[in-house]
Amino acid sequence: MLEIEIDGKKLTVPSGSTVMDAANSIGVHIPHFCYHKKLSIAANCRMCLVQVEKAPKPLPACATPVTDGMKVFTHSDQAVTAQKGVMEFLLINHPLDCPICDQGGECQLQDLAVGYGQSGSRYQEEKRVVANKDLGPLISTDMTRCIHCSRCVRFTEEIAGYQELGMANRGEFTEVLPFIGKTVNSEISGNVIDLCPVGALTSKPFRYSARTWELSRRKSVSPHDGLGANLVVQVKNHKVMRVLPLENEAINECWLADRDRFSYEALNSEERITKPMIKQGGVWQEADWQTALEFVANGLKGVIAEHGRDSVAAVATAHSTVEELFLLRKLMSGLGVDAVETRLRAADFSLKTAGATWLGQPIAELASNEAVLLIGSTLRKEQPLLAQRLRQGVKKGLKLAAINPHADDLLTTKAAELVVRPDQLVEGVLQVLKAVAEIKGIALPTNVDAASIDIPAEARAVAAVLDGKAKAAILLGNLAQQHPRYAEVYAAAAAIAEATGAKLGVLAEAANSVGAQLIGTDAGGDVFAKPRQAYFMLNTEAEFDVQNGAQALAAVQNAKLVVALSSFSSCALEHADVILPVAPFSETSGTFVNMEGRAQSFNGVVRPLGDTRPAWKVLRVLGNLLGFVGFDYTSSEEIRDEALAGDIAPRLSNVLAAPVAVKAQAASGLVRLGEVSLYQADMLSRRAPSLQKTADAAVAAQLRASAATLAKLGLAVGDRARVTQGNGVAELEVAVDAALLDEVIRVSANHPLTRALAAHVGAISVVKA
Amino acid sequence: MLSQESLAQIDRELAKYPADQRRSAIMGALRIAQTEKRYLTNELIEFVASYVRIPPVAAYEVATFYNMYDRKPVGKYKLTVCTNLPCALSGGYTTADYLKQKLGIGFGETTADGKFTLAEGECMGACGYAPVMLVNNHSMCNHMTPDAIDKKLAELE
Ligand code: SF4
Ligand code: FES
Ligand code: FES
Repeated sequence: MLEIEIDGKKLTVPSGSTVMDAANSIGVHIPHFCYHKKLSIAANCRMCLVQVEKAPKPLPACATPVTDGMKVFTHSDQAVTAQKGVMEFLLINHPLDCPICDQGGECQLQDLAVGYGQSGSRYQEEKRVVANKDLGPLISTDMTRCIHCSRCVRFTEEIAGYQELGMANRGEFTEVLPFIGKTVNSEISGNVIDLCPVGALTSKPFRYSARTWELSRRKSVSPHDGLGANLVVQVKNHKVMRVLPLENEAINECWLADRDRFSYEALNSEERITKPMIKQGGVWQEADWQTALEFVANGLKGVIAEHGRDSVAAVATAHSTVEELFLLRKLMSGLGVDAVETRLRAADFSLKTAGATWLGQPIAELASNEAVLLIGSTLRKEQPLLAQRLRQGVKKGLKLAAINPHADDLLTTKAAELVVRPDQLVEGVLQVLKAVAEIKGIALPTNVDAASIDIPAEARAVAAVLDGKAKAAILLGNLAQQHPRYAEVYAAAAAIAEATGAKLGVLAEAANSVGAQLIGTDAGGDVFAKPRQAYFMLNTEAEFDVQNGAQALAAVQNAKLVVALSSFSSCALEHADVILPVAPFSETSGTFVNMEGRAQSFNGVVRPLGDTRPAWKVLRVLGNLLGFVGFDYTSSEEIRDEALAGDIAPRLSNVLAAPVAVKAQAASGLVRLGEVSLYQADMLSRRAPSLQKTADAAVAAQLRASAATLAKLGLAVGDRARVTQGNGVAELEVAVDAALLDEVIRVSANHPLTRALAAHVGAISVVKA
Repeated sequence: MLSQESLAQIDRELAKYPADQRRSAIMGALRIAQTEKRYLTNELIEFVASYVRIPPVAAYEVATFYNMYDRKPVGKYKLTVCTNLPCALSGGYTTADYLKQKLGIGFGETTADGKFTLAEGECMGACGYAPVMLVNNHSMCNHMTPDAIDKKLAELE
């Protein structure tokens, strides 16, 4: 510990602290631009100059280590003169175009210029002008405003993991740019907008649509992945204008993924449906709520009377809130219907655990593991901010290993990696399990039949990464959870965890995957395999939210009654009989339980659009109409308190309820690797135009395979290929992917171009179109 | 894109640094590429970056920062005259002006026959021998008075 005095205040700080850290710890503000607590120290803006006793000249607080007995003056004459001098230099080439700058009102340069700037400039010469750069559909540039703090450059390299921006040229000619002809394609790129202290990098979708001081700031929670990033939603005239991160060190830190940040565009989409609609004689007609709800109540009663309660199934995506899912289940049990399902992207429903599957540890502790083994995960696209956390962990010594059906770059160092065919994920995990058993000199569990398994060197390397680590985690991603043999993958992974002492965790696919399990909306199984007479669908688009979208669509099309509760019309319209417009997350209060089991409640940030109503209110009224007791809630909080009564923690468990028989199998031939692209994963991101223009969205529209496989199929990059799976056909552009084994055909799932295809993993045939 | 020899030289540069700090070899790698190809196109920078396994923009930063890297075609002989303070005080500008007049070109220009390019350089750490001139980045010429320049130019064929 070191003693330091700042502006007369004495304090002690840990050695290694900088003057900036010390000042921050006692709330003394030192003006700065390039300093950022999550980035490396660049010390290139010089705004943070302070006076230090016995130092011959002012020193930059952000880069000056505290020494024992140091005396610092942040507002002395010397310090203020230095700070004013720096400000004068910064403003020399700045265009001072605040009136037309989106950053106006939230600009650090503007704010500090008020304190340290002059009212007029002594610089009379010509200012420099810097050409704008095309950074893609999300980030707008006004590079003349750049003050070269290099925060954006450091972000891409240090946080996003790949340096997409650089500082070219030198001195007066320095400019920030991507490499010639490239854009910024990171899935967390939008954070540079927040980091840029001036208006050089601003949000493209938000550009010129409001001034910051006209916006009210409301807290919310991201409805996308299982992280539950905290949001500040900014609103003007009852319209969501923009989304920013709400800092929460335990969850999203100060970051957001682009999906969290830009999906709000969908909230104002043309496809929003604002009036209840009933299809009569094949024609859609607007209806009032009373009529529509009675239609639904009578319809459900009618189907059950005629075909029995097993003829009805309710489905919802796990992007629905706790309150919505709880009332859905309650409504269905009132009707005697058991089939309520949220695991819509699953292919194997047989896994039974002692509680709700979850991360197995707090999110904040993930990066402090000594080793992490990822199984079946395209992590950067599934959980962009968790990938970021692990990246920071690797810098501090975490060893990362993966068993995956691809060798995608995590933009960090992998200590070991086993790449398998998508239909051999179980076998891959078994190879590592066998290697672990060998290292430990233990026998395989009796439920595991791995006799036919040989151990390749890569599997041994993966096993070695976990071996002897006091704190390790094994994490199952979306590809594992959506795998046709999920229960076997899970059981084999659990056996590795057991043998190595690692904690097993499941990376929740959706914002409320854990909440859905707590409520018990995972009791239906594959409700589309055996078609029902009636489907009650909450926030679900059959083709895009269900693993076998083609099968689901057929089931829904042939059903007698389809009730769709949705915020959007397009897809639901084609097959539903009645559509009830319900509020997206921004227009209702609700709760999501994230992957670490944390319940986060939020309020609506704007009022429901048109005649839209929060789904929990719709379900409540339906309950009343059907004459069920216990549907007299007056607030969503009341529902939440009933739904999540008691502690959540004891109800989370990744322990298998019963042993699962795991048996190695052989596989050969062309096989599909179907992943849900990050911008197709849920109703909102699907409809966010800017996200649909990103490089990630473009990649999702391609068929990818190894060069050897393409050659064997007679395909060249840029060709169009026709793929057939089951009865479904899709036509896609061909691209090469070096991260795949031969015979693996990577084709997005639940994508507009591939919606006719069947299971995510399975035999597929490909010909040139 | 580069010859086997150049690649072997770049490998030697890479071997000088720890395996996780390949980025450190980029200056040497770009120098080797430039020596073979005379100047660095964007494609060449991207190639070198991917060979060193760093993002292309990281190589571009280096290639645009140091003025001994040429990103436009240069003449057979690139003459770089130091105009930093010690040289300037000892006749660096006189040298530069003499060369400009003699070759009929300014800084950053190449003679019509493609033989000479004139460039302005930064301190070469040889201030004691001012005025200093560099030929093709590799050979240093000291005390470049007009007489010495005449002699040097006559040597360069
Ligand atoms: S663009 Fe913004 S963040 Fe990047 S260097 Fe310039 S001022 Fe800093
Ligand atoms: S904040 Fe210290 S130099 Fe920029
Ligand atoms: S100033 Fe010319 S060599 Fe140093």
